[in-house]
Amino acid sequence: MDYFLQQLVNGLTLGAIYGLIAIGYTMVYGILGMINFAHGEVYMIGAFLSMICLLVLGAVGITWIPFALAITLVIAMAFAAAYGWTIERIAYRPLRGSFRLAPLISAIGVSIFLQNYVQLAQGARPKPIPPVISGRVTLLDTGGLTVAMSYTQMLIIAITILLLVGFTWLITSTPLGRAQRATEQDQTMAALVGIDVNRTISITFVMGAALAAVAGLMVTLYYGVIDFFLGFLAGVKAFTAAVLGGIGSLPGAVLGGLLIGLIEAFWSGYFSIEYKDVAVFSILVLVLIFRPTGLLGRPEIEKV
Amino acid sequence: MAETSGRFASAIKEALLAGLLAAVLALPIIGLKTVDRGGRLIIDPQWTAVAWCIGIVILGRLLVALWRSRAGADVVKGPGRIALAFQAQGKWLGPLLIGFAAILPFMPFADRQIIDVGIVVLTYVMLAWGLNIVVGLAGLLDLGFVAFYAVGAYTVALFALHLDLGFWVALPLAGVFAALFGVLLGFPVLRLRGDYFAIVTLGFGEIIRIVLINWVEVTGGPQGLGNIPRPTLFGMPFARTAPPGVTPAHEFLGLEFNPVHRVIFFYYIILVLALLTAAIAIRLRRLPIGRAWEALRENDIAAQALGINRTNAKLAAFAIGAAIAGFAGSFFGTRQGFISPESFTFIESAIILAIVVLGGMGSLLGIVIATVLIIGLPELFRDLQEFRMLGFGAAMVLIMIWRPRGILSHREPTVRLGAKP
Amino acid sequence: MTALLTVEHLTMRFGGLTAVDDVSFTALASDITGVIGPNGAGKTTCFNCITGFYKPTVGQVTLAGRNGIVQLEQLPGAKIARQGVARTFQNIRLFDGMTVLENLLVAQHHALMRASGFTVLGLIGWPGYTRAERAAIDKARYWLQQAGLEAEADREAGTLPYGAQRRVEIARAMCTDPVLLCLDEPAAGLNPRESADLNQLLYTIRDQHTCGILLIEHDMSVVMTVCDHIVVLDYGRKIADGTPAEVKADPAVIRAYLGEDEEAA
Repeated sequence: MDYFLQQLVNGLTLGAIYGLIAIGYTMVYGILGMINFAHGEVYMIGAFLSMICLLVLGAVGITWIPFALAITLVIAMAFAAAYGWTIERIAYRPLRGSFRLAPLISAIGVSIFLQNYVQLAQGARPKPIPPVISGRVTLLDTGGLTVAMSYTQMLIIAITILLLVGFTWLITSTPLGRAQRATEQDQTMAALVGIDVNRTISITFVMGAALAAVAGLMVTLYYGVIDFFLGFLAGVKAFTAAVLGGIGSLPGAVLGGLLIGLIEAFWSGYFSIEYKDVAVFSILVLVLIFRPTGLLGRPEIEKV
Repeated sequence: MAETSGRFASAIKEALLAGLLAAVLALPIIGLKTVDRGGRLIIDPQWTAVAWCIGIVILGRLLVALWRSRAGADVVKGPGRIALAFQAQGKWLGPLLIGFAAILPFMPFADRQIIDVGIVVLTYVMLAWGLNIVVGLAGLLDLGFVAFYAVGAYTVALFALHLDLGFWVALPLAGVFAALFGVLLGFPVLRLRGDYFAIVTLGFGEIIRIVLINWVEVTGGPQGLGNIPRPTLFGMPFARTAPPGVTPAHEFLGLEFNPVHRVIFFYYIILVLALLTAAIAIRLRRLPIGRAWEALRENDIAAQALGINRTNAKLAAFAIGAAIAGFAGSFFGTRQGFISPESFTFIESAIILAIVVLGGMGSLLGIVIATVLIIGLPELFRDLQEFRMLGFGAAMVLIMIWRPRGILSHREPTVRLGAKP
Repeated sequence: MTALLTVEHLTMRFGGLTAVDDVSFTALASDITGVIGPNGAGKTTCFNCITGFYKPTVGQVTLAGRNGIVQLEQLPGAKIARQGVARTFQNIRLFDGMTVLENLLVAQHHALMRASGFTVLGLIGWPGYTRAERAAIDKARYWLQQAGLEAEADREAGTLPYGAQRRVEIARAMCTDPVLLCLDEPAAGLNPRESADLNQLLYTIRDQHTCGILLIEHDMSVVMTVCDHIVVLDYGRKIADGTPAEVKADPAVIRAYLGEDEEAA
């Protein structure tokens, strides 16, 4: 039971990170119908930005941790957003109206480029970061085993919930969100009623990238080590989360993220840690075959 | 005059804006390089590198802006000048290349390194020609192609290990096993829409790789499998000494023993395998199955309305592509003598896909040119290697924007009613 | 004369929406049968059920084709084409990157597939396949002549003008040797001359090839000229069925096309 609860806590933390990345996939898929394969790399860049920012802050003597974290969060989101914007502008926008698989191929190109760009700029070796927040809360203590939740885990889950509430509000109740949903339905019509489609799409990429950067900061804090290859696997898993939840659906992305996090934690805890990625990939394959609309997605009818 | 200077001014403005953006992007990631000093990270600023980046971006953006305002069009439609030139010369260029490939090992400049590079290039050419059937003809984006390459390589290794089968027996088996894998994996997922299919194949590729790493009893785990037998010439090995009763190949050929002979032998094996692949690919395109693939790629609903079974036709493409990868994999295994999961990562799939995309989906000649450019050149000039993958990524994006059908984008009809113009 | 196609109690629901509601009609092999109705009347859905793109919720679609009586609703999409049902699409679906001739050869996939020994014999260059391909090209040439497109045979289909693309699609459908040709708004977007050429092509198909034609239109003038028999749908239901003259005089049809009294006023 204790072990179960501990895995639950770990899984939820991991799931929060996947969920944040999955939102970026799902928003872009919703609006452009493309898999932004490079999104995992934006998350990786977010992690590097966070690491660099924490180091710089440490070097200039800003040591009050809440303040340092707040600054890092803002800076990582801002710079990652710049990356997201640039990627869309250079690699995807010119391809609207090209053949069906062109954006995906281009996205794979961006992904390869960014991985090697970071590897060249920052080196191939993993980067260790000393723990920023230490300490944990014991949730349950039954003599032998304890269930604990570190402050880092609490922070991760709290920030995820906060951001989700914020983004849900942004998309359901602001003109920006309305423009986004309209563009999702029909780009031509949206343009006809005066929505700046290009701007809306750019903002979607910016938002997705900013959320991925948050996930990047969290993974930096949580694991304490990052490398340039971090984005590939996390990207595929977050995409799996988005598909599992129902691609195009924001709550679905978070639900899918949590489920994937839990599955991974429990699989590692109870079966075999070696095959945890196989478990996730198998879910991806099974969901796509048997329920491509995911848990919360809308069914799609083949138009003839 | 005013118009020209206006255009120039706006180009400069755009270039400066791009430079500003480059500064923002490069400043933290390139400028603030982190270095590990005894377990602690410190910052090692790289301002010159940032300056270089900004400079290159400004200059590049300026050139693009000026070129566009001159050309007046963003995207060139139809085959470009290069493609047309190649097409006009295509009649003799193909045979000439084959002839060159056939005599390469005997050219005066061909040392062992050159022949080795030739083997690598031909392996990739063969893989890309195989993937081209799947991606270029049938329009199925397969991101896990390397899985079938792995199946071929491990088939040879395992048959040698357990049943003591030689390369020539294992070669066809490798193709058959890879095709079987293709059918098994393809059948449930081929009705998925294009991008979902792509991601699922990526998942399959990774699953196979993880299994190869972890199923230690069979695959040897991360250490891989060794002692894969070398191919023989009608039972005669390329070795200094042969087991009693067997003639070494060099004695049979009346040559002094020289290890380079084996390399040359490998070179001709892969050349023949690659040419067979090309011959099959060319024939297939002109057969009904090939036309059905192209029809599915162009419009699968119309193809179904004409009575084409979408799943079967796609499955055939997938299985044939897989078989070719399996053959190439068995060659890879026997040439290395040793295989491990490291050789079968997603990035290999991406490289093969990049070759197909850059070469022009459907163009065999384009694929050769692309392979020489992105595999051959960096192999010869090691300094380029660091930047090779960076260039790959950028090239894939640029090709999609500039010429989505690849460098050689011309499609030759499979039949004609009238005479060739 | 027995009916070529018998549709009985055809119903198609998408979730809560009933697109086709209990429609029954027949079509003869010697006729051009028109299915007409205002936008959203369920014509294309009806077509998609007959040609196997949708599986009807309720109802039967019976074809009296070359292989005797066949229940089409029980067959998967690709098999329906092999029973001799060919179709075109409202938004033209050609293989744009392939030539016109190649488009017409794809339509003869099955015959050629058999001739190529399911690819194996074709790969080794078996002469029987070469002969079969030549015959297929001759058939394609015949239909290109009928459609007035012989000169365009080697052009990429996607580069042809709109009206020519419509005719390529019909020629391509005819290359499957159908007993029933289903045309989804073949005259949409054609100018009067192209429209007249199309009518000629349809008469040729009906009179010289024992192929029944089922066509959807909402342009009344085309339907009235070319059709022998008309079925009228409105809101998914059949509201009239008869000769052009009968249908033209039917009050329900007039109401459906001109609107209810208050709108007409």
